[in-house]
Amino acid sequence: MSAFDLWWWIILPYLALAVFVVGHIWRWRYDQFGWTSRSTQLQERLLLKWGAPLFHYGTFAAIAGHVLGILVPESFTRWLGIPEETYRMFSSIGGTVAALAVIIGVVLLAFRRTTVPRVRATTSPVDWLALVLLAVVIVLGIIPTMGINLLGSGYDYRESVALWFRGLFAASPDVSAIANAPLIYQIHATAAWAILAVWPFTRLVHAWSIPLWYLWRPYVLYRSRVPAHPTEPGTGGRRWRRIGVRY
Amino acid sequence: MPCRTASRGPGRVMAQVAMVMNLDKCIGCHTCSVTCKQTWTNRPGTEYIWFNNVETKPGAGYPHRYEDQARWKGGWTLDRRGRLRLKAGGRLRKLLTLFYNPELPSLDDFYEPWTYDYESLTTAPLSDAFPSARPKSQLTGRDMRPVHGPNWDDDLAGAAAYAATDPDLEGLSEQVRMEFEQVFMFYLPRICEHCLNPSCVASCPSGAMYKREEDGIVLVDQDRCRGWRFCVSGCPYKKVYFNHRTGKAEKCTFCYPRIEAGQPTICSETCVGRLRHLGVLLYDADAVLEAASVRDEKDLYEAQLSVFLDPDEPAVEAAAERDGIPHDWIQAARRSPVHALICRHKVALPLHPEYRTMPMVWYIPPLSPVTDAVHATGYHDDDPDRVFAAIDSLRIPMEYLANLFTAGDTTVVEGVLHKLTAMRAHMRARQLGDPPDQRLLDSVGMSALDVEDLYRRLAVAKYEERYVIPRVHAEGSGALMAQHCALDYPGGVADQAAHDEDQLAAAPPSLPGFAAPGGGSQFRDSDGRVRFNLLGWNGTGPAPGLFGDGSTR
Ligand code: SF4
Ligand code: SF4
Repeated sequence: MSAFDLWWWIILPYLALAVFVVGHIWRWRYDQFGWTSRSTQLQERLLLKWGAPLFHYGTFAAIAGHVLGILVPESFTRWLGIPEETYRMFSSIGGTVAALAVIIGVVLLAFRRTTVPRVRATTSPVDWLALVLLAVVIVLGIIPTMGINLLGSGYDYRESVALWFRGLFAASPDVSAIANAPLIYQIHATAAWAILAVWPFTRLVHAWSIPLWYLWRPYVLYRSRVPAHPTEPGTGGRRWRRIGVRY
Repeated sequence: MPCRTASRGPGRVMAQVAMVMNLDKCIGCHTCSVTCKQTWTNRPGTEYIWFNNVETKPGAGYPHRYEDQARWKGGWTLDRRGRLRLKAGGRLRKLLTLFYNPELPSLDDFYEPWTYDYESLTTAPLSDAFPSARPKSQLTGRDMRPVHGPNWDDDLAGAAAYAATDPDLEGLSEQVRMEFEQVFMFYLPRICEHCLNPSCVASCPSGAMYKREEDGIVLVDQDRCRGWRFCVSGCPYKKVYFNHRTGKAEKCTFCYPRIEAGQPTICSETCVGRLRHLGVLLYDADAVLEAASVRDEKDLYEAQLSVFLDPDEPAVEAAAERDGIPHDWIQAARRSPVHALICRHKVALPLHPEYRTMPMVWYIPPLSPVTDAVHATGYHDDDPDRVFAAIDSLRIPMEYLANLFTAGDTTVVEGVLHKLTAMRAHMRARQLGDPPDQRLLDSVGMSALDVEDLYRRLAVAKYEERYVIPRVHAEGSGALMAQHCALDYPGGVADQAAHDEDQLAAAPPSLPGFAAPGGGSQFRDSDGRVRFNLLGWNGTGPAPGLFGDGSTR
C-alpha cells in the first residue's frame, strides 16, 4: 500500500465522513434557516416537471441498488441461493432503469440550471460544486452499470469496490481491493466521498427532511407564543448565513 | 343579537384578531400595499410578493386568476361521504408530488419583478435622442419587457382582455355579462385571511406553518420550512408566497409585532379611506370543523357565524375564562368593531366562503354605485320600497357580489345592501330634520340606535372605534427580552399595570424597544454610522443622527 493509497482511500474518505457528520450537526444547529430544498419551481416549471421527479425517483432506486449491491455481502446472496449470473442480470436491468431515469432527469435539470437565466441566478457557488460532483458520480456510476456489466464482459465490483466501502464502516478498509479496481470505479468512489464532504454545506441537506411525519400528524397545527431568547441584534437569529445561500 | 346562544355550551373558546374592510370607502390608492411592502417585503427575493394587494374587480387578480380553484385546487372540498378534504388531494399524493407540485403557480402567474436602468439617464453620452431607462429583470438583471404586473388591470385597464377572465363572472347570466359592458368596478384590498381552518397549514408537509393559539394569526416558522411549497398552492387566496432567494415560504403576518403591542396592522394604520376595522372575536374552536363541512356552500356564511361567540353572554365569558383567555381580551371582544359589524349588524361578509377555510378578514360589500342607480331610478326616501326596488337593478350585479362573498347566495348580499341603504336614508332624514322612518327601519330589522351605531362605525369611523386591539400577555417573556429591549418601562409589554382593562381605551402605546426620547431609537447602519430610526418617533422629540453623524459629509 503506497502512501498515496493510504491518503486517498483511507484518510481522506474518513475525513470526508467526519466532515459529513460534524458538518450536519453544525448546520442543523446553526443554520435552520438555510436548510431548504431551495426549489426553483417558481422560476421554471416545464423542464422541472419531468426532470425533478425522474431524477429524484431514479436516485431513490439507485440508492436502494447500492444498498443491495455494496452493503449486502456477496456471501449473503449466495447463501440465499442466487447465482452470480442472475444477480448480475437483475442488478444490471434494475440498475439500467434507475440509471436511465437519473440520467434523463439530470440532463434535463443540468440543462435547466445552466441555460435558464432565472434558475442560474439562484445557484450559489457551493451548489455548483455539489452539482458537478453529483454529475461525475452519476455519469461514472452509470457507465459501468450499463457498459461493463450489461454489454461488456462484466466486472464484479462486489469483490473489490464493495469490500473497500464496507470495510470503511468496519474500520478495516481493504485498500488493495479499490486500488486495483478499474479507474472508472476509482473516480466514481472518489467523487462519492467528496460529495459526502460537501453535502452538509449544500442544498443536499434537504434529503434528510422528507416529511414523513405529515402522513399522520393533525392537519391544523396550533402553537402558542413562547418566550424565546432574543437574538443578537442585526442577525435575525442566524449565526451563519454564507453557505447555501448566496445572498 | 348574539351570534350564537350558548344553549349547547361553547367548546374550547379561542380568540382571533380579525379584520373587516368597508369596500364602500376604498379608493384604490394602494397606500396599504405600499406601506406593507415597505414594512415586510422590500428585500431581494420578495420583489414580487405583495402581502397586501388591491385588486380592481372585476379583474383577473393577483396571481392571475387565483380564484379559479378548478385549476389551482386551493382550499378544502367535501369528499363523497361529506368529509372535509384538501382539494389538492391527500397526504400521500402530496408526498409523491414533492418534487414537482402540479398546482403551484409559476412566477409568470404572479409577474416577473423588474426595475429600471435609471443610471443610464445620467451616464448616457451626449446624443440627439433622449436616453431611456430600460426595464431590467430583478431576477436575472437582464433586459426584459414587462408583460404582466400585480396591478396590470388596475382601474379596469385593458378590461376587455383581463376583466373578462375574472372567475367570479362565471355563472352570471349572459345578460349580466353584457351589462358589464356598461362598466362597473370596485376595489378589493386583500391580505391573508388568517383562516380558522387554514388549508395552508394543513398543506405544509413540514409542519412549519401554524396558527397562534393566543390571537389566531397564521404564521410560517421559517426555521422549519423546507421549501416544499405546498402552502402556496394550498391557500385558495394565494396569500403564501415563496421567497425565491431564501427558498422559504413567507406570508402576511398580520403585523403581529404591532398587534402584540396593541397597534393596528400597517395596512390598517395607513389606510387612506380609514376603512379597516380590527378587533377580537371569540369563537368555538371545537365547532370549526363541523361548520366548514356543511353540505351546501351557501350555508357556509351562516355556519361560520354560528362559530362566533357572543362575549356578552355569561356562559361564554365563563368558558373563555376557563380556557385561559385573559380578562382584558374578553373586554376587548365586547368592544370589538369586528364583532359589531360581523355579528351584531351583520353587514360584513366573508370572502369566498366556499373555499371552506373559514376566512377571518371580512368585507362590507360596496354600495356607492347603488346610490347612483337609486338616483337614476328616482329615489325617494319616503318610499323605502322604491329604495330597495332600485337595489335590484344595481350597476354591480348582485350575482357578482354573491359570487365573491356568499358562494352565490344573492339574498344575503341583498340584505346587507338594504341595511346600508336604509342607514343612508335614515341619516339623511336626520340631517334634514325629518322624522325617522320607522317603516324603513323595520324593513331591515334595525332600530334607530342600531343604525346610528352603524353610521358612527362606518362613516365617522374614529380611530379608537376602528381599532380595539388588546395587547399581548407576555409577562413570561419579559425577563428574556430585557437583554436587548427595555420592555418594563411604564406601559411597556412587561409592565403588569399596562394590562389593566382601561388601558384599552388609552392612546396606542409606543413600540417595545423603541423607547428613546421622542419615541425613535438609534441604530448602527451597515456603513457603520449611527443613524436615527424614525419608526416610533413622535415627530417632536429630538432626532439625533437623523442624517448620519455629519462628519463625513
Ligand atoms: S388566507 Fe391565509 S390563513 Fe387562509 S389559507 Fe391562505 S395563507 Fe392560510
Ligand atoms: S389604503 Fe385603504 S383606501 Fe387605499 S387602497 Fe388600501 S384599503 Fe383602499
